[in-house]
Amino acid sequence: MTRRTMIEAIRDAMAVMMERDEDVVVFGEDVGYFGGVFRCTQGLQARFGASRCFDAPISELGIVGAAIGMASYGLRPCVEVQFADYMYPAYDQIVSEAARLRYRSNGEFTAPIVVRMPTGGGIFGGQTHSQSPEALFTHVSGLKTVVPSNPYDAKGLLIAAIEDPDPVIFLEPKRLYNGPFDGHHDRPVTPWAKHEGGEVPDGHYTVPLGKAAIRREGSAVTVLAYGTIVHVAEAAAAETGIDAEIIDLRTLLPLDMETIEASVRKTGRCVIAHEATLTSGFGAELAALVQEACFYHLETPIVRVAGWDTPYPHAQEWAYFPGPERVGRALRAAMEG
Amino acid sequence: MTATAPLSLHVPEPAVRPGGTPNFGEIEIPQAGTVRRPDVDVAAADIRDLAYTIIRVMDGEDRAVGPWAGTLTDEECLAGLRDMMKLRAFDGRMLMAQRQGKTSFYMQHLGEEAVSTAFRRALEPGDMNFPTYRQAGLLIAGGYPMVDMMSQIYSNENDPLLGRQLPVMYASKEYGFFSISGNLATQYIQAVGWAMASAIRNDTRIAAGWIGDGSTAESDFHAALVFASTYRAPVVLNIVNNQWAISTFQGIARGGSSTFAARGHGFGIPALRVDGNDYLAVHAVAKWAVERARRNLGPTLVEYVTYRAGAHSTSDDPSAYRPKTEFDAWPLGDPITRLKGYLIGRGAWSEERHKQGEAEILDEVVTAQREAESHGTLHAGGKPSPRDMFEGVFAEMPPHLRRQRQQAGY
Ligand SMILES: Cc1ncc(C[n+]2csc(CCOP(=O)(O)OP(=O)(O)O)c2C)c(N)n1
Ligand SMILES: [Mg+2]
Repeated sequence: MTRRTMIEAIRDAMAVMMERDEDVVVFGEDVGYFGGVFRCTQGLQARFGASRCFDAPISELGIVGAAIGMASYGLRPCVEVQFADYMYPAYDQIVSEAARLRYRSNGEFTAPIVVRMPTGGGIFGGQTHSQSPEALFTHVSGLKTVVPSNPYDAKGLLIAAIEDPDPVIFLEPKRLYNGPFDGHHDRPVTPWAKHEGGEVPDGHYTVPLGKAAIRREGSAVTVLAYGTIVHVAEAAAAETGIDAEIIDLRTLLPLDMETIEASVRKTGRCVIAHEATLTSGFGAELAALVQEACFYHLETPIVRVAGWDTPYPHAQEWAYFPGPERVGRALRAAMEG
Repeated sequence: MTATAPLSLHVPEPAVRPGGTPNFGEIEIPQAGTVRRPDVDVAAADIRDLAYTIIRVMDGEDRAVGPWAGTLTDEECLAGLRDMMKLRAFDGRMLMAQRQGKTSFYMQHLGEEAVSTAFRRALEPGDMNFPTYRQAGLLIAGGYPMVDMMSQIYSNENDPLLGRQLPVMYASKEYGFFSISGNLATQYIQAVGWAMASAIRNDTRIAAGWIGDGSTAESDFHAALVFASTYRAPVVLNIVNNQWAISTFQGIARGGSSTFAARGHGFGIPALRVDGNDYLAVHAVAKWAVERARRNLGPTLVEYVTYRAGAHSTSDDPSAYRPKTEFDAWPLGDPITRLKGYLIGRGAWSEERHKQGEAEILDEVVTAQREAESHGTLHAGGKPSPRDMFEGVFAEMPPHLRRQRQQAGY
């Protein structure tokens, strides 16, 4: 067991897999010699050589397209898109190619790739370093989408993603790289070393895709969240004194409906929180599923709290971000009905 | 079975890494004045050699020599020198402001000041640039108010962009400066589209697209070249080769081609390569390319050979991936020192006047900064209202956004 930041945990997951499986290759913009702008691949080139970890030209389409080609050969590419905001040039390769290759060739060819990308705001990155595009992936048949909320999960989920036979989009909440962030941006950063999620075993282990985790047991209201907002929801529950049951989805697709359903049946209330824009966000899908599965158990309408439907602004970052105050209001709304 | 050795992957590496001795031996640098200056209506096929050389005007003795010399008077050169000095002073103050926590982020131009400032002076009012984040010289040389630039950087109450954009992502139609997106390369093709529109409307205005060496790898770059080629768009397509793309050396984007300018050849676009640290050469080549566009002769691809002397941005530390002393070894020198030397050689300038000029410019920049800061900085003083966050998504605010604005309490 070692204390690790989320960056170190992610790096360790790749190192473990590169060590175990020589088919695993890692590339992306600045990931080779330098080790990535967030340093997630630091040391991998020195350890595994430049043909297993290398810099790519600035072409996200090229990175994902090449990864698909390598995967169809039999490799296990785990590639980095420098920011989720820059995945759009790769979108065609992800949607029309990676996601459908197995289906359209009836398994003749497959694309077991992992596309890692930092996601979310909270770093004054403006509209091109803050986006949360998860719903653009969950909407596509044939992709798995993962969003870890702590170093332990990040490592276990990334190993599971690399071992998975299908393409996995791995969204890393960048505001969580160096510590759990509960939305109180004016307070000093807590390091992962002081959080149980920062306890990361050495070597190989997995956190299975498609399994949620209950971060806080409670009886009053179920909160469905993932990534940074899991920590925000914990703060909101503590600050409002509402006995919320907080579910960290971890994998958006496939989704752990069993855990969700059991919780909402128990609490009879549901708040769905994410940082991405509200309209057609993943919360809309969750709301539909919850009402289908738990309609007769719901005592109040499902409440969604999310980023506003605007581009992510620079100066107004904290007015945009759904922090503990806003999530707290959503909890109260769910209690009051 | 063929009897060949097993395959192996080629991954390009720069000549040196930290700890090594800087070495630019690979870059062939011709004598100033030795590259011919073709007529602007030349066929692309007849100047293929110009994509593999470097057009230079200032020689080692601070003289302007050869066929590309003589596009600027001493007065104009002095204005150019002041533009570059102002840009450098501006960068210095804004870097310091970022370190002081007055803003979140900054990107400087150190070593590349000649490219955008000289190019701007070759344009006419009404022409449109589609810049990257490293062409603030277009605004400085175009006379855009520094207070407004700084206000954008501070995201304060005077920010023309209402705090919405990351620092340095300016926008000004009046000053021919298209809104910077932050997504690399996306705007190269838009420059071509703007130029095509000017041609469709039988206008006289031309466009300029801007891209970094690293970003030429994006498909948008190739789309721009094919459209520019097909429709002979009145556009100047600029590639600023400052040797680095964050930590990635230019060889990763360039691949097996020896220059970026040569990318134009497959598209039949005339391509030139120019000393980006030679103000006179940049201006002369820009003027040539702008004239071609204006005379409806079509696009030109220009590669500016320069060096990013500073960090990529305030989030970057280049000592992790290149020798600290690399700029000292850069064979094309410093653009300000070179133009200054030329003007002193002409008797139009002197060390004393330069010192005095530096002090005056610093004063002007500091005065602008003081005024900008009176409108607030990122975390203190006047700021745009969160209300502004909901405006401008659409021309008219739809009901769902009005509802959200109310929920937000604004
Ligand atoms: C589509 C996209 N991918 C990646 C990035 C991240 N990024 C920002 S600047 C940069 C390097 C660009 O290098 P270059 O084009 O050489 O321009 P320079 O910074 O040297 O002026 C990268 C990779 C981005 N902004 N947009
Ligand atoms: Mg560059």
